[in-house]
Amino acid sequence: MNVISAAGLNLTFQTNDGPVHALKDVDLEIGKGEFVSFIGPSGCGKTTFLRVIADLEKPTSGKVEVNGTTPEAARLDRAYGYVFQAAGLYPWRTVEGNVQLPLEIMGYSKAERAKRASRVLELVDLAEFGRKFPWQLSGGMQQRASIARALSFDAGLLLMDEPFGALDEIVRDHLNEQLLHLWSQTQKTICFVTHSIPEAVYLSTKIVVMSPRPGRITDVIENTLPPERPLDIRDSREFLEIAHRVRDGLRAGHAYDD
Amino acid sequence: MMTRLVPVLTFVIVIIAVWYAAAVQLNANWAYDKAKRAGVELNFTDLVADTWSQEKPRLPAPHQVGAEIWQTTVEKKVTSKRSLIFHSWITMSATVLGFILGTALGCALAIGIVYSRVMDMSVMPWVIASQTIPILAIAPMIIVVLNAVGITGLLPKAMISMYLSFFPVVVGMVKGLRSPDAMQLDQMRTWNASRAQEFWHLRLPSSMPYFFTSMKIAMAASLVGAIVGELPTGAVAGLGARLLAGSYYGQTIQIWSALLMAAALAAILVGLIGALQRLTLKRMGLS
Repeated sequence: MNVISAAGLNLTFQTNDGPVHALKDVDLEIGKGEFVSFIGPSGCGKTTFLRVIADLEKPTSGKVEVNGTTPEAARLDRAYGYVFQAAGLYPWRTVEGNVQLPLEIMGYSKAERAKRASRVLELVDLAEFGRKFPWQLSGGMQQRASIARALSFDAGLLLMDEPFGALDEIVRDHLNEQLLHLWSQTQKTICFVTHSIPEAVYLSTKIVVMSPRPGRITDVIENTLPPERPLDIRDSREFLEIAHRVRDGLRAGHAYDD
Repeated sequence: MMTRLVPVLTFVIVIIAVWYAAAVQLNANWAYDKAKRAGVELNFTDLVADTWSQEKPRLPAPHQVGAEIWQTTVEKKVTSKRSLIFHSWITMSATVLGFILGTALGCALAIGIVYSRVMDMSVMPWVIASQTIPILAIAPMIIVVLNAVGITGLLPKAMISMYLSFFPVVVGMVKGLRSPDAMQLDQMRTWNASRAQEFWHLRLPSSMPYFFTSMKIAMAASLVGAIVGELPTGAVAGLGARLLAGSYYGQTIQIWSALLMAAALAAILVGLIGALQRLTLKRMGLS
C-alpha cells in the first residue's frame, strides 16, 4: 500500500491579484520507506504539497490519500511528524521538555515520555543535551532537536520542509549524513522539501522536480545511487549525472526565465 | 551600579534645586505681605528663610515635606489616624485588590476575544468606550450604587481600581495571546492539539512578556483609581482622603507629603512586578 497517493490534485489560492495555482494536476505515489525529495524554485508548490499531505491546506479538487485515508484522518491519527524550516523550540522548555511536548499533548505517561525522549535524543546525537535550554544550543543542534521532537511519537511518516535551509553548508552536510543514517535505522517514509540539488540527490530514493506558475510536477527521477552513501559519493559520476538530470528538469520548467 | 547611580543622583539634585528655587518664587508674595504688615524690610536671606518655612506655603520646600513625612510615618503609631503608613495601607489594599480583580477581568476578556469570533468583533469597542468616560464622573456613582446594595468599605474602591486597570491588561493580553506565529500554531495542529492544550502550552507562555508589561501599567492605573475612589467617600481614610482634607484646609504640606507617599507606593508596587517579571522571564528564557 502506498503511504501517499495523489491523483489530479489541484489547489488554487484566491488572492487580491486573482487566483494563484499553487498545485495543478499533481499525480504522485510514494511507497513505504521511500525518501522523496521535492525540489524546485520558490512558488512551485513543493511546500504546499507537503502542507496538503499534513492537512494544513485543503486541496481545491482531486484526490489525496495518506495511509489509505484522508489527510485529516491521518492528522487526527497523528500519522506524521512535521519538521518546519525553523526549529521552533519553546525557550521555556529544556530540550528534553521540547521533545516531550507532543507526547504530553498526546497523553503519554510520564515514564513513557522520558523513555521516548531519551531514545530519540540518542538517535539525533543529543543525548547529553536533554537538560539544556534551546538557546544554549547551536542552530544545527536546535534543528536536530526539532527532528527528535517529530520522531518522538513514532509516526511512520516524516514531513520535512526545508529543515536545513537556514544552516550553513558544513553543518548541513553533517546533518544530511545523520539524516540518512537515521532514515536507515528507523525505516520511516520521508518527504523532504529542498532548494538544493546536491541535497536532493544525496538524500533521496526519488526526486520530484517541480516548477511554478502553475505549481506542477515536471519530472520524477528514481535515484539509482546505492543505499550506503558516504559524503564523497557526491563527486562520483553517477551522482553528477543524476544532478544533471535534476537541473535539466528544473530548466525545462522554465524556472529561470523570470 | 555607578554608571546608573551618577545620572540618577544628578537628576534628583537638579529637581530638588529647581524645587527650592520655585518655593522662593511662589511663596515670596506672602512673605512680602507679612513683612509689609509688620513694617520691616526683607533682605534676600530673610526672604529665603521665610519662603522655606511658611506654615501654609503655596509650594512647600522639600525639607518641610520631608519633615512632615518623617513625623507622620516614623514618629506616629501605624494605628493612628494621622499616620501616613496607616493611610497608605488603606489605599494599597484597595489598589492591590482592584489590581487583582482588574487583571483577572482583563485576562478573561482577552481570552474571550482571542478564542471567540463574536467577542473579537464586539467587545473591543466597548472596552475602549469604557475608558473614555472620566473616572471622576463615574467613581461617585459606583460608590453610591454599591453603598445602596450594602457593599461598603474596600470593595467599592477596588471596583474603581478594577475599572481602570483591566484596560491595559485586555489590550496587552490580546496581543500576547496572539503572539505565536503561524508556524507554531500549525505545529500544534500537526499534533492534533486541543484548543485548551494550545492555550496552556503555547499561547499563555508566549504572552508572558506582554502580561508583565500590562500589569505594570495596570498597577499604576489601579493606584490612581483607589485614590480617586477615596475622594467621594467623605475623606475618611486613605491617601486620597489625605489629599482631599489637605486641600479643604489649605494644608499644602500634607497634600505634598500624601502625593509623595502615593508616588513611593506606586514605585514599590510597580517595582515588585518588575522584579517578578525579570525573574519569570529569565527562567522562561524569554528575556
